[in-house]
Amino acid sequence: MTLPIRLAAVTRLLAQGKPLGVSGGFALLLTLAACGSSSQDARSGSAPSSGPGLVTLDGSSTVFPISEAVAEEFQKTGDYRVTVGISGTGGGFQKFCRSEIDIADASRPISATEIEACKKSGVEYIELPVAFDGIAIAAHPKAAWVDKITTDELTTLWAPEAQGKVTRWNQIRQGWPDREIHLFGAGVDSGTYDYFTEVINGKAKASRGDFTSSEDDNVLVQGISNDELALGFVPFAYFEENHDKLKLVPVDDGKADNGDGPITPTPETIEKGTYRPLSRPVYIYVSKKAASRPEVQKFVEFYLANADQLVREVNYVSLGAASYTSSAEKFAKERTQ
Amino acid sequence: MSKQMDLLFQLASLLTLVVALAALGALVFDILSDGASRLSWAFLNNIASRNADQAGVYHALMGTIWVITLTGALALPIGVAAAIYLEEYGTRSRAAHFIELNIANLAAVPSIIYGLLGLGLFVRLMGMGQSVMAGAATLALLALPVVILSTREALRTVPSSIREGSYALGATKWQTIWNQVLPMALPGVLTGLILALSRAIGETAPLITIGALTYIPFAPDSVWSKFTVLPIQIFNWVSRPQVEFKTNAAAAILVLLVLLLSMNAIAIFVRDRYQRQGRV
Repeated sequence: MTLPIRLAAVTRLLAQGKPLGVSGGFALLLTLAACGSSSQDARSGSAPSSGPGLVTLDGSSTVFPISEAVAEEFQKTGDYRVTVGISGTGGGFQKFCRSEIDIADASRPISATEIEACKKSGVEYIELPVAFDGIAIAAHPKAAWVDKITTDELTTLWAPEAQGKVTRWNQIRQGWPDREIHLFGAGVDSGTYDYFTEVINGKAKASRGDFTSSEDDNVLVQGISNDELALGFVPFAYFEENHDKLKLVPVDDGKADNGDGPITPTPETIEKGTYRPLSRPVYIYVSKKAASRPEVQKFVEFYLANADQLVREVNYVSLGAASYTSSAEKFAKERTQ
Repeated sequence: MSKQMDLLFQLASLLTLVVALAALGALVFDILSDGASRLSWAFLNNIASRNADQAGVYHALMGTIWVITLTGALALPIGVAAAIYLEEYGTRSRAAHFIELNIANLAAVPSIIYGLLGLGLFVRLMGMGQSVMAGAATLALLALPVVILSTREALRTVPSSIREGSYALGATKWQTIWNQVLPMALPGVLTGLILALSRAIGETAPLITIGALTYIPFAPDSVWSKFTVLPIQIFNWVSRPQVEFKTNAAAAILVLLVLLLSMNAIAIFVRDRYQRQGRV
C-alpha cells in the first residue's frame, strides 16, 4: 500500500479546503501564479526579456528560417541566447509593441494600426529589410500550353468576380485548351495570400474563394504536381526545392521598365527587381530601446553582416551585399537617435 | 435465425476493430519507414538547426517533458478535488446540474480557445510570461474536464456498501472518501488522466497562441523558463520546403509516440498494480 500514502502526502497539501475542493484547487493555481510574477519581476524588472545575453524574436513564419539560421550562427560567436517564435507577422507586432520581444520578424511592412499601437506604448523601432521573398506561379510539368502568363490574365483568373465563372483554361486565353482549370493557392491567413491578392487584385484578402488552399505550402506543391490541369502560386523557396515536380510560369507585368515580356523568377531576376510584381522584401523590426543592449546590437550587426550568405543557404533571395551594408549604416545611425 | 444475427454482429464488430487497428498500423508503419533511419542519440541530443542533418529535438523533448509533467501535477489534484466535491459533497440542485453540463461542454471546446484564455489570463494578467508554467496551466485547463468527468464516473462505480461499512465503523465522511472511496476509484481516475494528458501532449495551437517559441537554444531549467515542445517542432519541420526536414519531422513524431506510450505504460502499470491490491 505504498501508493495511497504517497498520494496522501501530495494531496494533504491541498486538503485544507476539505469540503471545497474546487476553490482549494484554484487557490493553489493563484498562489503559483503569484509566485510566477514575483520571481519574474525579480529577474528581469520591466525589461522585455530576462537574463544576460538573451535576444528575443517573434513574428512571421516566412522570416523564421532566416532568423533561425542567423541565431544559430550568432550563438557560436559568444555567450548569447537567441529565441525565435512564429506567432505570425501580426502576432509578432502585437508582442513587439508591448515590449515583450526585442525584434519582430515581418513578411510585410508595419501597418498603420500597428504603428499607432507602438506609438502609444512608446516603442520606437528601426525597419530593416533582410531578404526577398518571391511568389512563383506554378503549373504541372505536362501542361505544355502554359508558356507564360500576364498579370492581367492572373487578375481575370483570381478576381472575386471570377468565382464560379472563369473555370476553363480557354477563358483566360484563346488557344489554351477547353478544359477545366484547377486553382491552388496559399491559405487565406498567410502573408503570401495577402501579398498575392494585393498586387494581383488590388486589395489584400480579396480573391475568389473556390480554389484549393492550404497553410502548408508543401500540400500545394503536392496538389499541383499531381494534377495536369492545375495552376497555383507558391513561395519561391518551395519551387526551388521541387523544380522537377513543378513547371514555373514566367510572368509578364506589361511594363517595359523592368524588362520587356515575361520574366521567369530566378534569384537573379528577383534580386535585380525585374521579376515584378510578385516579389517583396521581408523585414526585421528592431526596438530602439532593446538595441541599446549590447547583445541585441551585436545580433543585428551580425544579422546584416551575414545575411547575404545565410539567406541564400535557406533558399531565400538575397538583397545583395551593397543593400545590407547600407542597412547596417542605417542601423548604426538610427540606433543612437 | 437469431443465432445467425449474433454471428453477423460479431463479425461486423470484428471488422470495425480490424479497420481501426489497420489505420493505426498503417500510420505507424508509414512514420517508421520515413523516420526510423533518422533516429539516433545525436538526434535526441542535438538542438534545432537550419541544417536538417544536424538538427535534433533535445530542447523540444525537454520542453514537452517539463510541460506535460507539470500539466499532470496541476490537473490531477484539481480535477480529482472538483470531482469529489461534485460527486460526494455537492447536492443535486439545479446549479449543480448547470455546472455538470458546462464541464461536459468544456471537454469539447476547441483547444485554440484555451490558448486565448491562457494568453489573457496566465501570460498577461497573472504575469507568468511565456513560461513552462503558463503553458502547463493552459494545458491543465484543457485536461481538467476529462479528468473531472472520468473521476466522477469512477467515484460512482464504488459500491455504496463500502461507504456504509466505513460509516458504520465510525469513520467521518472525509476519512471514508480518502481511505475507501478514492483508492477504489483510482484506476478510473488514472484512465482519465492518461486520456487527458495524451490529448495535451499533442497540442500545438494553444501553446503557439500563448507564445511558446519555435527556436530556442536552451532547455527549461525552471517552471519560469521559456520553452518549446515537440509538436511545435514537428509542425515547423513539416512546413519547410526541404525534404530532409520531413524525415526529421517523422523521426520527431516517433520520439513523441515513444514518450506518449511510455507515459501511458507507467500509468497502466500503476493502475493494474493498484487494481490487484484493491481486490484483496
